[in-house]
Amino acid sequence: MYDMKALYEANSVRHACELLLAHPGAKVIAGGSDVLVQMREGRLAGCELVSIYGLDELRGISLDEDDTLRILPLTSFSHITKHPLINEIIPVLGEAVDMVGGPQVRNIGTIGGNTCNGVTSADSASTLHAWNAVMEITGIGGTRQLSIKEFYVSAGKVALLPGEILTAILIRNADYEGYKGHYIKYAMRNAMDIATTGCSVNVKLTADKKTIEDARIAYGVAGPVPMRAPSAEAAVRGLPANAETAELFGKTALQDVNPRTSWRANREFRLHLCETLAKRALLKAIELSGGEI
Amino acid sequence: MQTKLIKCTINGKERELMIDVRASLTDALRNDFRLTSVKKGCEVGECGACNVLIDGECFNSCIYLAVWADGKDIRTLESLLGEGGELSDIQQAFVDEAAIQCGFCTPGVIMTAVEILDTKRLYTRDELRKLLSGHLCRCTGYENIINAVEKVMKKRLGLP
Repeated sequence: MYDMKALYEANSVRHACELLLAHPGAKVIAGGSDVLVQMREGRLAGCELVSIYGLDELRGISLDEDDTLRILPLTSFSHITKHPLINEIIPVLGEAVDMVGGPQVRNIGTIGGNTCNGVTSADSASTLHAWNAVMEITGIGGTRQLSIKEFYVSAGKVALLPGEILTAILIRNADYEGYKGHYIKYAMRNAMDIATTGCSVNVKLTADKKTIEDARIAYGVAGPVPMRAPSAEAAVRGLPANAETAELFGKTALQDVNPRTSWRANREFRLHLCETLAKRALLKAIELSGGEI
Repeated sequence: MQTKLIKCTINGKERELMIDVRASLTDALRNDFRLTSVKKGCEVGECGACNVLIDGECFNSCIYLAVWADGKDIRTLESLLGEGGELSDIQQAFVDEAAIQCGFCTPGVIMTAVEILDTKRLYTRDELRKLLSGHLCRCTGYENIINAVEKVMKKRLGLP
């Protein structure tokens, strides 16, 4: 038995918003692989829960009319990895979420829960940052959109107001067309582990595949929230797609990151990871884009 | 006590039950349905001892609310039992390959093996390792578990 004060099951998005407004102390539970564990630990003991797990309308992946990729928040990690649209448009997201926990966790864990709990180590979050994801949020009054950068407020806190839930994660055509990406998760184990630091890079090369037209990079666990490294991105734009540029990319990224020492790893090691992973992920992204190193 | 009536299929039979909303699916399967192959291990979704199939996919039932089982098709290790009480091929392979020692992790591992085998695909040993990585076994060292799953996978696909 879970130490739960009450469970309210939402039967629609609107109902979920109403339940959250009616029970201000309640936590949203999607797949529960964080919420239920925290309830066991005691951190959320005695809490009221609003379950949105039953809302099938929040599952699935589709393309909007303007070719925006629409990922609904209750889509499980394993369904993201298997989905044809993900494999076609942004395979790196499928690869990144395939590194979360283990198979059973990937069947219950949702991309919405992974982002809404606001943790920096979330395997989906760095890739979503690196692809300029837009978060669609719904409340009683309607729907609003926020960039994923604005969505993350501080460690464990996202920009959801009382009575609001995340209803879609969008990636616009201009942000994915022509880009190829790679994610590296550095952790002590290959399964059932949390990233010591994770790094997601994507690039768009010029038509001759020799020059970087655009590069984007985001980290998990390089600061209190997932973050981009804008200096590194600016430094390599227009440079040749080669090993020297990758070297510069890794070094410049250090100007943007601010990792801390935790029991998993110290700051110095994480800084080393930030530099090395940026370099390796960029080289791999160039290779995936058809460039030659 | 807050309760909810749920209707679901468990091991092929339609069941209906009034359950406590605070129950995990492990609680419900063990206490209400006496399906004690579903083990209580870590109870935080890390060890895989409580793993069951829900609509054909593996879930750690310890971090799955029992109320969510409403309308679902659930399978536990008990569903593998033959009419005369005989073992299924995958269970027999675990015996033959010495993939069991204390047996606590075994029902969970076998249900993941069922999900793997049901895909009717041929996986490499590395792929099997990844697919089985949601289970902790402190006895076998995993090699024999992988041997057992690999053996049945190949046999069912008609490969040597």
